[in-house]
Amino acid sequence: MTQSIPMLILYTLVMAGVTYLIRMVPLVLIRHPIKSRFIKSFLYYVPYAVLGAMTFPAILYSTSHIASAAAGLLVSVVLAFFGRGLLTVAVSACVTVYVAEWILLLL
Amino acid sequence: MIQEQFSNPRSLFLRGMRDGVPIGLGYLSVSFAFGITAVSRGVPAWIALLISMTNVTSAGQLAGLDLMVIGCTMGEMILTQCVINMRYALMSVSLSQKFDKSVRLCDRFLIAFCNTDEVFAVASGQPGLVGRWYLFGLIIPPYVGWSAGTLIGSVASGILPESVMAALGIAIYGMFVAIVIPPAKTSRAVALVLGGAVLMSCAFRYLPVLNTVSSGFVIIICAIVAAALGAVFAPVQEEETTENPAEISQEAPVSGETGEVSK
Repeated sequence: MTQSIPMLILYTLVMAGVTYLIRMVPLVLIRHPIKSRFIKSFLYYVPYAVLGAMTFPAILYSTSHIASAAAGLLVSVVLAFFGRGLLTVAVSACVTVYVAEWILLLL
Repeated sequence: MIQEQFSNPRSLFLRGMRDGVPIGLGYLSVSFAFGITAVSRGVPAWIALLISMTNVTSAGQLAGLDLMVIGCTMGEMILTQCVINMRYALMSVSLSQKFDKSVRLCDRFLIAFCNTDEVFAVASGQPGLVGRWYLFGLIIPPYVGWSAGTLIGSVASGILPESVMAALGIAIYGMFVAIVIPPAKTSRAVALVLGGAVLMSCAFRYLPVLNTVSSGFVIIICAIVAAALGAVFAPVQEEETTENPAEISQEAPVSGETGEVSK
């Protein structure tokens, strides 16, 4: 990490300002629902697309080994598929990675 | 329907707080993971706390964190935040229809600051209109939970052994998986949008030339293309969108966790 503290603060404030404006402007100005079906659909899909792009393949590089990360990913996908909650899925992924990294050390 | 004139501010405020506590508890774990991730990328704990206290959004903060540690341009940061947080614009439009007369203009400035996916979902799910005191009560526990979780996570990461830290690095992604998989299971369109975004993201990671594009733009490109394809080929039915705000809250992926924590 090479960024200086003033730069980190500046980034933080830019992030905060943009995020706030996006939330605030429509809440203060717009009083009528959006009519365009395309824009409504687009906004509806955006969170899925963002989270998908952010999670994969980045998740594979979030631990010490790609193999332990893959194990964690597999466990989280299976648990999420069977409807487990956020916390359960995340903790299970962490435990899986922890165990997998110990196994990798023994190999 | 509980209207402002039939209840005193105190009881409305407390009712909001009661509804906000489960959200705040749910946020503790997510922001804990954010705090750990931030420190692992070399960001000081107090900066991580500052980010959480000024941004109050999960996906936007993580993307911003990735960008700030590599030293992106400010334009890239602004664009990324715009795309990732674009959904809040829709939520804010929808929420503005939900306010009763007690919500003044200056209240809107304050409520907008904490209009997260889950706050939006709970407020929208209320029968009838909601007033300012209920909303003030509703936003406090999530804000406290979000900030406290970040602080605890970023401080804990200095204490925990390296093997545990490596394992915790996957936590925030595990949460994202838990958010997107259930709706993708029930909606083929959502699954295709998700799959398309993942494929594009892989292409930008592994293919020559494409892998020189910076990570901020990768998220923007993947999100816009995948969501636009979804909107063109599988437009959302009218009744699923702003006609009934409560409906969105159940459909929206990031609100999925609210169903569990708030029920």
